[in-house]
Formats: sequence, C-alpha cells, structure tokens
Amino acid sequence: MFPKGTKRKFSDSGDEPAVGGEDMNQPSSVAVRMLSSYSLQRQALLDMSLIKLQLCHMLVEPNLCRSVLIANTVRQIQEEMTQDGTWQIMTQALSAANAAAQCSAERLVATEVLCRQTEAAQGEQVPKPFPAVGSEGCPAEEEEEVVVEEEEEGEGGVTMSTVSSQAPTTYLPGTFGMDPCWEEETEEDEDSEECGSGSEEGDSDRLVEDSRTAEQVFGTFEIKNPAPSPDPALEELFSDVDASYYDLDTVLTGIQSVPKMGPYDLLESLSSHGPSPLSSSTSCRSDLNELDHIMEIIVGS
Amino acid sequence: MEEESDTRKINNSFLRDQNYATEADIISTVEFNPSGELLATGDKGGRVVVFQREQETKSEPQRRGEYNVYSTFQSHEPEFDYLKSLEIEEKINKIRWLPQQNAAYFLLSTNDKTVKLWKISERDRRPEGYNLKDEDGRIRDPSTITSLQVPVLQPTDLMVEATARRVFSNAHTYNINSISVNSDLQTYISTDDLRVNLWNLEITDQSFNIVDIKPGNMEDLTEVITAAEFHPQQCNTLAYSSSRGSVRLCDTRKQALCDTHCKFFEEPEDPSTRSFFSEIISSISDIKFSHSGRFLMTRDYLTVKVWDLNMETRPVQTYQVHDYLRGKLSSLYENDCIFDKFECVWNGSDSVIMTGSYNNFFRMFDRNTKKDVTLEASRENSKPRAILKPRKVCVGGKRRKDEVTVDSLDFSKKILHSTWHPHENIIAVAASNNLYIFQDKVT
Repeated sequence: MFPKGTKRKFSDSGDEPAVGGEDMNQPSSVAVRMLSSYSLQRQALLDMSLIKLQLCHMLVEPNLCRSVLIANTVRQIQEEMTQDGTWQIMTQALSAANAAAQCSAERLVATEVLCRQTEAAQGEQVPKPFPAVGSEGCPAEEEEEVVVEEEEEGEGGVTMSTVSSQAPTTYLPGTFGMDPCWEEETEEDEDSEECGSGSEEGDSDRLVEDSRTAEQVFGTFEIKNPAPSPDPALEELFSDVDASYYDLDTVLTGIQSVPKMGPYDLLESLSSHGPSPLSSSTSCRSDLNELDHIMEIIVGS
Repeated sequence: MEEESDTRKINNSFLRDQNYATEADIISTVEFNPSGELLATGDKGGRVVVFQREQETKSEPQRRGEYNVYSTFQSHEPEFDYLKSLEIEEKINKIRWLPQQNAAYFLLSTNDKTVKLWKISERDRRPEGYNLKDEDGRIRDPSTITSLQVPVLQPTDLMVEATARRVFSNAHTYNINSISVNSDLQTYISTDDLRVNLWNLEITDQSFNIVDIKPGNMEDLTEVITAAEFHPQQCNTLAYSSSRGSVRLCDTRKQALCDTHCKFFEEPEDPSTRSFFSEIISSISDIKFSHSGRFLMTRDYLTVKVWDLNMETRPVQTYQVHDYLRGKLSSLYENDCIFDKFECVWNGSDSVIMTGSYNNFFRMFDRNTKKDVTLEASRENSKPRAILKPRKVCVGGKRRKDEVTVDSLDFSKKILHSTWHPHENIIAVAASNNLYIFQDKVT
C-alpha cells in the first residue's frame, strides 16, 4: 500500500520556505513566495506531463510526436530542477516515504531488456528473465527470495543496467512513487533493475485492466520463468544497459506494445506462451492502488 | 478582401439529422485536384467523398460552378495489428491528386499505415444486345438462338466508379503523416514520424527509404518528422519539417539516403518569449512549397512563416495567427489543444496564404498588402450567399460589439484542414464534419 499523501509531502515542503520566510524581511519573503509559486507551477506541469505520458489509449497507438514533445518538456523541467537542487530534495522525500512501504507480489522486468535480450541473443531458446532486485521492506515471496539472493550474489555482477551519471534520465517512474522499488533504485543510483508490482496468482481484484500506470508505459510485464540461472554471457550482455534506456524507450515504443488483456486472459497466455520470445507481446499489470495514486496526483496537485 | 460565401453546407454525414454528427464523419483532409474541377475530402471513417464543379451555364451566370457530390467510396477499413495488439485507424490522413492524364482521375489516399491509389472513372455507356445473355443477364439456352447480333454500346445514366489500383503497404512502422507526389509523376513519398519512403507509383512491393532519423537507441529520440513535401518543379528536391521547428531540404541526387541535408531552415529562438512550452509551440505542423517553388511556408502553433529557399537563417515573413493564445499555453497544454496540427495553404498566385484557428475561425494573410482577415466558417453566423463578415478577437480589456473574447473561444471547433483552388479564389474549409466552400464575389 502506498502511503497516502506522498505527493502532498513535497508540496508542503515546497510551501515551508514561504512560511518560514515570513520571519525575514519583506523583500526576500516575497521573492521566496514567488519562487515557490514558480516551482509549484513547474511541479504541476511536471505532474501533468507525466500523467499525459502514462495514460495511454487503450487500443490505438499513442501519437509519437506528442509523446516526444511531452517527454522533452519533462526532461527540460527535470534538468532545471536538478540545477536548482530541488530534484534531490524531492527524490529523497519520496524514497524515505516509500522505504517503509510494502512491495506487492512479484518483480517484473522491463520489456526493453527482454526485447534487447531476444534481439541480441537470437540463438538462445529461452530468454532468461532477470528478476528485479528486491528492495528493503518487501515481503519475501517465492520469487523474491531468489531475487534477494541474486542481488547479494553480485552487486556488480548481475547488472541489468548501469544507471547513467546524469540524473535526468532516471527520474521518470520513480518520481511519484508509482512503484516504490523502482523509484528507490534509481534514487540510490545502484546498478539495479526495474521492478514493478502486480500479481500473477489471479488476484483479480488487484488487476485493473483499464488503468495505465508507469509500468504499462514503461513496458513491464510478467516473468514467465521466475527462476533464473545467472548466465555469465547474459550478464555481460546487460552490463552496459543504461537504466534510462527503458524509461524513455518504453514511453516511446513500449506503449505501442501494450495489449488489452483481462485478468483471466493473462493466466491463459502464461500457460500457452511458454518460452516464446517476448519480443512484443507484453502484458500490462496495474495495481488498483496505483490507480488511486494517479487520481491523487490529478486531484491533489 | 471580401468574399461571397457560397456556403454549401455539404455535410458528409449520411445521417438525416444534421445536428447529430458521429465521429466517423469528421473530415480529416481536403484537397482540390490540379485543375480545380474536383474536390476530395477524407474523413475519420475512412471514406473519401469527391465533389465535382458544375459546368457554368450561360443562363444562370450568378450560379457559378457549384460543387456537388461526384463519387463516394470507402478507401480504408479499420485494421488490427496482431503483432502489437493495436488498432490501425481507418482515418484518412492525407489525399493527394495526380494530374489528369486521361479520362480517369487518380488520387492517393493514406491512413496511418497504408497508401492506396484510387482510380475514379465514369461510365455512361453499357453494351446491350448480347447473344448469350438476355436483357436481364440470364443465360440463354444456346439452342434457342437463331440469329446473331453485335452488341452495341448504349448510353446509360452516368456511373462513377472508384477502384483501388494500387495498395502500398507494410512500409511504415510509425504513423504516416504526409504524402507528396513528385513532379516527375512517377514517384511519390510517404512520410511517418521517423522515416520518409520513396515509391514508384507502379510498384507496390518495394519502396526506398530516403530519410531515416530513428536513433539507434530510442531513448535518444527527441525529434520526429512532422511533414514532408516534394518541390513542385525540381523532382530531386524535397523538404521535411521536424517537431523541433526546423526544416531540412534534401537533394536526392546527392546521395541515396538523405540523412544529411542540403539546407537547414531554423529561426533562432527569441529568448524573451522562452517558456516550458517553447519547444512544443515551435513544432511545425505543416509545410507547403509555393506554386512558384521559390518559397516554403511552415505552420507552427502560433505563427505561419514564409521562407525564401535561398535564405536559411530566418523566414522572410512571419504572420501571427492567434498570438492571444500565448498567455493560455498551459491550459492549452492541459487540454491537449497545444498539439493540434493546423495546415496552411497558398493561393494560386502565391499572394495570399491561409490557415485555420479555433472557434471555426480561419485567417488569410495578403503577402503584398500586408493585410489580414479573420473569417468564420459557421452556419449560424453567415447566411448562404451572404458576404462573410470579418471577425475579430478582442485582446484588450474592452470588448466591442461583435468581437469575441479569448475566453469565449470554443477550442473544440478548430479548422485544421483547408484547401485553395489552384487558379481561382475558391476555398474549401473543413469544420469537424462540415465542409464549407467559399467563392470570391463576382463583380
């Protein structure tokens, strides 16, 4: 469950300087208020842009031009916020809030990683999906135990991605705690993999087929074979994958590969697809809670 | 300039109740053919409706050639891409006519993925007097035939048929935004967000990719192609515009893959108007070469610019279409209107340019007199055959009579598509599911 009010926390911290400024002399408090109003506007614009990127059309491909323009706008705001130093404050606040949050069932892997995998390793029969790195506070389930082992094994070894040194590129999903694990990873700047939340076991009440969240935008989907074997060749293959790659890539291309699937369709497809290359058949998983969270952003900010 | 409005409310809808418009009837493209005799419209439902100008009769000279429906056909059907599990819309994105070379008319129409060449031909005769068939078409028993006759062509009612002569498919991963016929009349280009493909009109199973801006890593994608057009006279020259506000001119003689441009047209940004929306509003939605081939016009969200092909540094003219929207960009971003793609057109002599705006307004700019006018395409506000009254948007505080305030503009009523007759002052303007045709007053 996501802690409610995550968004508001930032807004509050944004307001604090203004409140604190009352004590100081007039001109600087006015300036601070103007500054925070500008940063509030900027934040609102960032929120709106991210929502626009995430709410994809159900059946029709989203307009690539529009997505690129919105993504450029987000990047621009993010760069400015990084220069301001506001960015660090925000990500730290959010990660602190989400550190205590429970992660739900499974770890998912980005489409792009697996697409790259199948593109690059055509000869391999079964794409061995890498489980995402677990994060603290996640309940240990079957897959996650394995995951944790994986991580412990080789911090640098099992590297699906190297987070680039440029902060701007790793912001997209994490910002709003859409997925606590994801966001936490990027914030910590580790060599880590994406993860998402979802349930496989037919918790149909948690599967919402209509809502599009960060995961769908960024193309996460179900692991077909949850037990991986650490393959040195594959590790090498992914050692230079950039975390930011599957951020924007999914936005721009992964959106196109999002099928409309119901909760029960998923179970059928799991059994029928088996080890087929996971090139473009991705399935979306979204949590009802994340829908709530999006609504909070829309209504709250 | 004054215009008599021969407002033919030619409603493409097949519904009787004209107030109820389905989304399938929304016109998505309009285009006159090179002679001006025909006018084609494409809609969201994949249909093409072709209008033909009536021959002028001496008896009623004031009833100058009106446009009536000539042919209607379903050009594209909705499809499903099974690989990506996505629908391919049947909406007609663009129609381009080929110059007439025989009795039939040819046009190219495209949806997001497939271009089709349609032949529109008339049939006003049919053979009669078959030996083996009787008049109803039933086969005759050969043993009952005692004499032979030669079938004769008899005149019948005019039938206009449209047949798909070529289907150019499977060449575009991304959505097609423009098509342009080359002056050699043998080739044409189709353009999607990242690539421009060159086709021969006769060959449907091959196309050459001549521009490809797809980055190796999609994450690096920051710019897409928004429109492309061939030069009207030089068959080796084409131009394409980008979402970053630049136009590149390419010469196909230079190299087969035109990834490097010959000319690069971009105006440096004005730092005083910079905002978070600067890039979005600089995205070019349409480009058109002038008929003379000397100029190029670009349309971005707030302006229309005319470029001299010989000068890349800045446009020779910039026209403000609706600058009063500059202060409303964040609301327009919120409701997605900022992504609307307006088209622009030249008149036959390249002296006037026209483009659409919101509230069913459209604007015309006279390049010589520097005058401009705002007109409205609306049934309520203009009677048929009445002269169109110029409209004005009130920017300042006090609103004069008949002025429209910025806040009362209807952003759902947008004129995105329009076309100008190649020789005469006749324009066709599409306002959602209505088509308006305006003609110049006969003095």
